[in-house]
Amino acid sequence: MDLGPSALVTRKAAVARPVFPFDAIVGQDEMKLALLIAAVDPSVGGVLVFGDRGTGKSTAVRALAALLPPMQAVAGCRFSCDPGRPADLCESCQQAAELAVATVPVPVVDLPLGATEDRVAGALDIERALAHGQKAFEPGLLARAHRGFLYIDEVNLLEDHLVDLLLDVAASGENVVEREGISIRHPARFVLVGSGNPEEGELRPQLLDRFGLSVDVRTPSDLATRVEVIKRRDAFERDSAGFLANWAEAAEATRARILAARALMPAVAVPDATLENAARLCMALGTDGLRGELTLIRTARALAALEGDEVVGLPHLRRIAPPALRHRLRRNPLDEAVATTRVDRAVAELFGP
Amino acid sequence: MSGVAGPAADVELAALLLAIDPLGLGGAVLRAAPGPAREGWLARLRAALPDATPWRRLPLGIPDSRLLGGLDLAATLATGRAVAERGVLAEADGGILVAAMAERMDTTTAAKLCSVLDAGEVSVQRDGLGLTLPARLAVVALDEGLAEEEAPPAALAERLAFRLLLEDLPTGAPKEVQEARARLSDIAVPETLLPALCAAAMAFGIHSLRAPLFALRAARAAAALAGHATVEEADAALAVRLVYGHRATQLPEQAPSEPDPPEPPPEQDDSAENQKQPESGALQEMLLEATRAALPAGLLATLGAGAREAARRAGAQGRAGHKRLSAQRGRPIGTRAGALRAGARLALVETLRAAAPWQGLRRREGGAGPLVRVKREDIRLLRFQQHTETTAIFAVDASGSAALARLAEAKGAVELLLADCYVRRDRVAVVAFRGRAAELLLPPTNSLLRAKRSLAGLPGGGATPLAAGIDAAMALAEEARRRGRTPLLVLLTDGRANIARDGTAGRPRAEADALAAAAPCRAAGLATLLVDTAPRPQPFAKQLAEAMGARYLALPSVDSQKLSAAVATTREAA
Repeated sequence: MDLGPSALVTRKAAVARPVFPFDAIVGQDEMKLALLIAAVDPSVGGVLVFGDRGTGKSTAVRALAALLPPMQAVAGCRFSCDPGRPADLCESCQQAAELAVATVPVPVVDLPLGATEDRVAGALDIERALAHGQKAFEPGLLARAHRGFLYIDEVNLLEDHLVDLLLDVAASGENVVEREGISIRHPARFVLVGSGNPEEGELRPQLLDRFGLSVDVRTPSDLATRVEVIKRRDAFERDSAGFLANWAEAAEATRARILAARALMPAVAVPDATLENAARLCMALGTDGLRGELTLIRTARALAALEGDEVVGLPHLRRIAPPALRHRLRRNPLDEAVATTRVDRAVAELFGP
Repeated sequence: MSGVAGPAADVELAALLLAIDPLGLGGAVLRAAPGPAREGWLARLRAALPDATPWRRLPLGIPDSRLLGGLDLAATLATGRAVAERGVLAEADGGILVAAMAERMDTTTAAKLCSVLDAGEVSVQRDGLGLTLPARLAVVALDEGLAEEEAPPAALAERLAFRLLLEDLPTGAPKEVQEARARLSDIAVPETLLPALCAAAMAFGIHSLRAPLFALRAARAAAALAGHATVEEADAALAVRLVYGHRATQLPEQAPSEPDPPEPPPEQDDSAENQKQPESGALQEMLLEATRAALPAGLLATLGAGAREAARRAGAQGRAGHKRLSAQRGRPIGTRAGALRAGARLALVETLRAAAPWQGLRRREGGAGPLVRVKREDIRLLRFQQHTETTAIFAVDASGSAALARLAEAKGAVELLLADCYVRRDRVAVVAFRGRAAELLLPPTNSLLRAKRSLAGLPGGGATPLAAGIDAAMALAEEARRRGRTPLLVLLTDGRANIARDGTAGRPRAEADALAAAAPCRAAGLATLLVDTAPRPQPFAKQLAEAMGARYLALPSVDSQKLSAAVATTREAA
């Protein structure tokens, strides 16, 4: 890509800057847990992080990217197809006689505000159109995020037509581009991670529902924690290489924990009693549809796997119920602010304090 | 004017600190009218920066193509290759971005600036280009606001260390900034400083953790400037004056002159404080004093009540929440031919398609040249459908006559209607009237959370200045119209007006004034609903509804569904 005659910038993306380590984030346990659960089981359907300014929402998501174990993908495939799932291959991979496999990092793709629809969904490759008059498809951000994470900071400020696009793709797991003389479809399954500040505007209920887990982050209010946050941040800024080295071991342990949990996942059993408890809780809270129950069970299972437990029990449900359900209490959207209390109360009423 | 680091010396030093560590401090809000003082400060900052530091101006209402960058159409067409144009953010990499009229900046522009401040790079995903360009910069937000609520978007201000009020022309020239910058990374920080900074922030009710981090960086820069090897008390004092002064939302609880080391929140700091830093308390007390000194005197009273923060938030964000009506937002619904002007978005494929049939002909006529020849008449622009948004304005009678009997029910009704608005993504605004005047509780917003909070805090009691309430609601409606929105007015009252427009008591005058206030509402053809909250419906309320051209609904006979249906009908008529 040409940056123009006067541009003096490098053509490559900016040199990767050091990322604050995930394990060094002080507190914010619920947010970290939610992100880890999404890393263990992407099918839980995304994480929404809403909360005060300056609580490290973006930091946590970027830190997660540095932590994720790499994945196997078809070498050279623009959509990073999974060689282990023949049914989900893109068209060109389906037609290929033999698939070479490569190990690639899990993509964590930023969807910046101000992105245009053609870059999100993909569109005509203008380079080739202009230089050679060819009609070729240039994959967009959705293609790049396939099998990884799509991160939207300030998700509540995203333009409506982009939200529509995301909802559609997230529901079908497939991106279909049918316009501008191009007709193409490719798999696009990703974990949607959104963050924002509720004071700047609410999220559309349909989009809210897409997120499997919703966490509230608050600024820590005790002095010791606050001092620790600043201390680590400052240490990282002054000597990021040394800081990262100090935390490398913890990062490795967390990565191993994710891998172990993924391996354990298929073996984790959900007894009928747990299913029943989940259903009772959702009924008591009046959550719409079955999505709440499904998410509750899935996230509880991922949580059990993370903890190394082979059976999903009440303790898992109790712990995961607030983030899995608090954004689904749709009977009265005004109660959003106290949704956590409502979930806690229902849990206490049903399962005892 | 309030909450701003005022003393000329501090303001002057702030420019130097910013020059020493622009990236760490993020920048400053510069609240001043345009004029020599402001220019002087900017010139001083610029002089203190290394030569050739990028210095870019960010005009208000800058289109994304210029802010973020995009396809350089002229160069692309001229060369026949995709040529990217860098936006202002990327151009300012390594330097300073001066945002003009930042008090009028919209939330989305602010959000883009914030993400650049956080990430140090700008992600350009536009016009078929996917680029990440470095954009490590500091922002100087020029704030020309007059009223307290006219302020730059809170999310942006939060990320800028300083908020400065300029009164006097700064004097003197920066000499040691260069050396200070070189020393910056070697400045040591005493063990006691960090806990003291954090404790001081908490004592002043500053919740965001960015503030102590900024204070730490500012203290370090101040030490570097002063030639200290370690951050000293004076450096820390300057830092908290500049960083905490305008962020304070409350006063510390202990008496200002208490000799003993203060214990901010008692439980948790014992462990952190006692074990290693005996003098931390003294340092902290000094920091509290320094912050207190930076608070303008007249402000202390309001600070104590914590009212200022609420007012600032409501004002700044409500206003910042507005979006301008423009041709570049909304859902693309097709393309049209037209000239490329600022704000228009090129429909590239359609343009190329329009140009395609002529290629052979043009090549023959024009001789050698680019492979694809596009002429002005080929240009196609994207068309957007802008769905008109509704702003629902609730005028709530919180007077004694209404409050005692039915304020709770009225609140319930409003909450219910809010839920409706939420589903429809309307904006809501709330005006309450009681006593002598009407008060804007919530400027138009689509944050349900804030609407709910503002209602919950609504006290009842006092007389009924009905005319004032209608006037205030009308003013809001007018403003919404000017911004291209459709206003919808919901008035909840028992109709017992007893305060006239001029604030005097007396039912006949008050009722006449209310009717007079209602007339322009009818004239404007505003969609209006009057909900009579009186236990027994009043004839005057009905009369008023007629004068306003409003739908009339008596609350006692109404259940939630009817209410919501009535608003829906009114809304459709809007």
